[in-house]
Parts: sequence; C-alpha cells; structure tokens
Amino acid sequence: MTPQPRPAHKLVTDRELDHLPEGELEHRVTQIIALMKARRQRPAADESPRWQEEIIAKEIPMGASVLDLGCGDGFLLERLIRERNVRAQGVEIDPDQVYSCVDRGVPVIQADLSAGLLWCPDKAFDVVVLEETLQTLQNPRDVLEEMLRVGKRGIVSFPNFAHFRVVVDLVARGRMPVTPRLPFYWYESANIHLLTLRDLCDWAEGSGVRIVSGHVLVEGVPRELQPDDDLVAEEVLVVVERGGP
Amino acid sequence: MAPKDKENARNDGPEALDSVGWTSAHTRRLVSADAPIELELGGTVGPVDVEYETYGTLSSRKDNVVFVAHALSGDAHVAGWDRDTAKNGRVWRQRKPGWWDAIVGPGKAIDTNRYFVICPNVLGSCYGTTGPGSLDEKTGKPYGLDFPMVTVGDWVAMHGRLLDALGIARVHAVVGGSLGGQQALEMALAFPDRVERAVVLAASARLSAQGLAFNAVARYCILNDPNFASGNYYDRASGPDNGLAAARMLAHITYLSDEGMHQKFGRRLQTDDGKKAGFGIEFAVESYLDYQGRAFAERFDANAYLYITRAMDYYDAAARWGEGSLVDACRRVRARALVVSFDSDWLYPPGDCKDLALALAKTDRPVTYANVPSRYGHDSFLVETQKVGRLLRSFLAH
Repeated sequence: MTPQPRPAHKLVTDRELDHLPEGELEHRVTQIIALMKARRQRPAADESPRWQEEIIAKEIPMGASVLDLGCGDGFLLERLIRERNVRAQGVEIDPDQVYSCVDRGVPVIQADLSAGLLWCPDKAFDVVVLEETLQTLQNPRDVLEEMLRVGKRGIVSFPNFAHFRVVVDLVARGRMPVTPRLPFYWYESANIHLLTLRDLCDWAEGSGVRIVSGHVLVEGVPRELQPDDDLVAEEVLVVVERGGP
Repeated sequence: MAPKDKENARNDGPEALDSVGWTSAHTRRLVSADAPIELELGGTVGPVDVEYETYGTLSSRKDNVVFVAHALSGDAHVAGWDRDTAKNGRVWRQRKPGWWDAIVGPGKAIDTNRYFVICPNVLGSCYGTTGPGSLDEKTGKPYGLDFPMVTVGDWVAMHGRLLDALGIARVHAVVGGSLGGQQALEMALAFPDRVERAVVLAASARLSAQGLAFNAVARYCILNDPNFASGNYYDRASGPDNGLAAARMLAHITYLSDEGMHQKFGRRLQTDDGKKAGFGIEFAVESYLDYQGRAFAERFDANAYLYITRAMDYYDAAARWGEGSLVDACRRVRARALVVSFDSDWLYPPGDCKDLALALAKTDRPVTYANVPSRYGHDSFLVETQKVGRLLRSFLAH
C-alpha cells in the first residue's frame, strides 16, 4: 500500500477538556444516568445479531458486484448471491472461515487486509462491505481508503464505543467494557481499534468522504441514524462515498 | 494380523464401498502414424497412444466430467486397484490403490456416483502413453532422447484431443496438484470455453528459480549415471537406476518440509547398535530416502523423468498467454477457479500460488484462494485429504 503522509497527532489536552461547552459534562452524565434507569425498566431486547445484513441486502442493487472485506463464513455473500444475484468476492484471513465460504459456494480469497488490496483495480466493485471488521484491523484507516479506491461505495459497520452501556462499564466499573456487542475481556479481544460514531464522522469529514445514509442499532432494534445518536447506538452502519455531494 | 489391521485391509481394498474397485486402463490412438502432430517446441510426433482411466458414469448430457491431471511421477491410475498388473507388469500397484484413492471414489470428495472422472497419462511419460521408451516406428527401436521435447501446452492439447475423441465438449471441472495443477491452469487458458471450473492445488503459474535448480540436479544425476548410455539403455542389463534414484531422493526432500521431516524421522537411528562407523544407512531419514529412490527406479523411466521435468521447467503461463503478464494471460480464463496452497510447501510456495489467484481476481473473475496450514510440505495436496477433500467437494458442488 502506498504510504500516505499522516497529519501530526493532535493531542486532546487537559486545557481543551477544561473548555468543554458549559454544562456539557453534567449534561452527558445526566443523559447516561437516565438511559441506565430506562434500561432497567425495559425487558431485555432482542439481540438481532445479523441486523446489518437486512440493511445491506436492501442497499445492494440487483446484479451488483460486491466485495466483502473480512467476510467470515460467507453468510452475507451467500445471501446476496441468492437474493440479489451479485458478483460476489470475499476476503478472509482465517482458513477455517475460508473453508466455510467454499462450503457455501462463496468465492473467497484468503488474505490479510492489512496488506492492502493491490490485486484489485480501482472501482472494480459497485459496493465494498466492511461489516464488523474495521475495529479488528491493524491499519483501519488504510483499509477504509482502499475500500473507497476499489469500490464505488462502501458499507461500514462497527460497535459504537460511546454507547452508554460501554461508557458506564468504563466509568462506573473502571474496567474495559464487556457488553453484548463487545463480549470479550481486554486480553482476548480482537477489537484493537475501537471507535465511536463521532470518530467515524470525523474521519469521513477529514477524508472528503460523504456519508450517504446511516443506520443504528438501538436497544436491539435497527433504525435510521439520527443526530445525537452517539450515546444510544450500540452499533452503527454507514454507507459512504468518496467526494462531496 | 491384528483385528484392527484386518478391518483396515477390508475397508481399504477394492471391495470397500467407497472404492472404485478393480480398474482397467483404456488406450486410445489420438494421433495416427501418417498424420503426426507438431509440438510447441517444433518437433513432431506420431503415432500417439494415450492411456487413460475413467471412473463413474458419463451422463447422457455429458455434463458431469471431472478431468484429473496427474503430477510429475503420476499416472492415469488415480483410484482403485489395477486389475491388470500381471499383464502390464506394474506389480507395485498390487500393494496399493491409485495415487488419489482417498479423494476419488463413490461418496468421496470427487464423488464417482455423481461425476465421470477421466485421467490420462501425459505425453512423454512411461505409463502407457507414447514417450521416450515407446518404439519409434521409423527405427524399430525405442525413441530414447530422439523423442521430441514436450511441454505442458502439448499435454493439454492432447487432453483436448482425448475429450474430442470421447465426444465431451466441456468439463464440469479440471483438477490437478503440482504439475497437474499447472495442467489444470493451462487447460483453463487453452480451452476457456471447455472448462467450467479449474482447481489448481500446490501449483503456480511457473516454477521458481529454486524449483528449476532442484530439477537441474535431478537431471544431472540421471545424465551422469554411467548406465545412462545417452538414453539408449532400454536393451541393456541395467539402466541409470542410481541416477534416477538419486533424483527421486532429492525430489522427496522437496516434497516434504523441515518440520515434517523432523516429526517423521528426527535424528532417529535406523539401527540401535550405536556404531557410528560407516557411510551406510544409519539415520531413519536416510533409510526412507534410500527406499523411495530404489522403489522409484523400479517403476519409472529415467528418460521420461528428463522430459517431464523439462516440461515443468518450461511452463510459464504468463509468457505463453500474456506476453509476460500473468494478469493479461488470466483474462482468457472463463472458468471459476480454486487455487490452494500449503503453508509449508517450498516447491510451489504459497506466495507464488497466491500470485496466481490474485492475477485471476484482477480480471474480475470470482476466485477462491485458500492457504491450508500443514506441515507436510508440497506433499500436502496428497496427504491433507480431509481439508483438500472438503474444499474439492464444496467447490465442485456449486
């Protein structure tokens, strides 16, 4: 992958934290407490573990070409082949998952995404999917760039690290969060680059990437992305494109 | 015989339910004496007889053909037990079934209840297809080194002739490992409209410099054996058996891996008398290589080994079809491709195999590439029958 100049790391200083908008910290804490209380009174929500796939299946036009980065066992691509008649290609690093893809009839290349997609020409795919993979990558920003080089559109989903349940785990328990969406202890988690909804939006803005549409999972129920979803979104799915409106 | 051995003997024999059973090869004249064919490197040959085996039943629509291509020292006897060893003199086949018996058979990964499997012996080999040991009708003697140079391209052209002769327009899949994998690739390149799926196991688009070097040493052993007699050893009491055995010993090293050899033999001694005094067979690994070398000299022709290793050296899919660009070459392919490498293979290393898969992917073709973790080196494609079998079974089914 072509090395790209990186902007100098911008440290968030104590001074900046001191200058948060008046009442911002208190406001957020109040919100979180209210969300926790509301949660206790609600019955346990449906986990809908594959909620993204419903949305992705709707987002992808019939007959499109789809590259799934970190395609796992090929479940999504098999469905897209069946329902959307797509030209599918998966990339997956784990050999056992690769065998599962072959069992499903999904074309898959066993490769490490960190090495880039040199083999793949520009705009070779209509859609490139990064489903729950971004936060596991060594170099997520490079892979996002590659995604938008080889694809006309990208679909990215990830667990939102600013979800109130996560924040409470960190703040009230003082420990790395272990939640239904992040079900791992720190020493065994594959999630090495956790990010939030706002982080993703910052990246898009800073990289000339347009968020075409967004969806979030709130209390186990998927819905369209709304402003200020960053505390309530357990997971985020965005459709992105290179360039302005 | 222990009860367990008895059980195994029964389950592994020709009567086993998942064996293709007793087999008999076919021979077909594909090139007549009066119309010899031109070969890629300029020579001509004719007549050409091809020995091939088939298993399963050809469907009425002739759409269930799985074409298997054999490797360097292989033959058409892929599976089952040779019925004709008394007639053809291949007595070693009495001890074991065909070279891919674990994969090909009723209910196995290449399921002969479903597919019609064809495997021919390649031109220049020594198992029934015309080669340097065959009689040259012009002289009444074996060809020896007067046999023309042959290439992977020539073999695949002959595969095309065999399919024509059998009235088969397209194959469901062509499958091969090592040099057989290169034939599978070449078939997808040479006959894009005749190949629906191509499976390339432990093979890349060309042999590496290291691979060329191994073959050079192998040929040196044969060519410099005092019994080689410029390749005209067929009527002599002994041929270049030592040279051929040495070539095979070297080849076996390239088929294994350091780790695999360590696990199989370590530094174990063959005898436990503790004497370290001579240059005989002392270590287990020496004994293994010695046995493999001798056994090979009994069943293979040294001239055929020269011709086939040269064909392996020369093969370069990019040069042949893409003016040096593998991606351009791959643009010809219409088949769905499965490329499988094995992480301890140093004859066709995973990186080279992956390059082939990625070149295919670059042409907008759906491609599957798997790198199987294994310590068995290049031999993995024959040994890792569970993983390879799973990949084959699933890939052929879709």
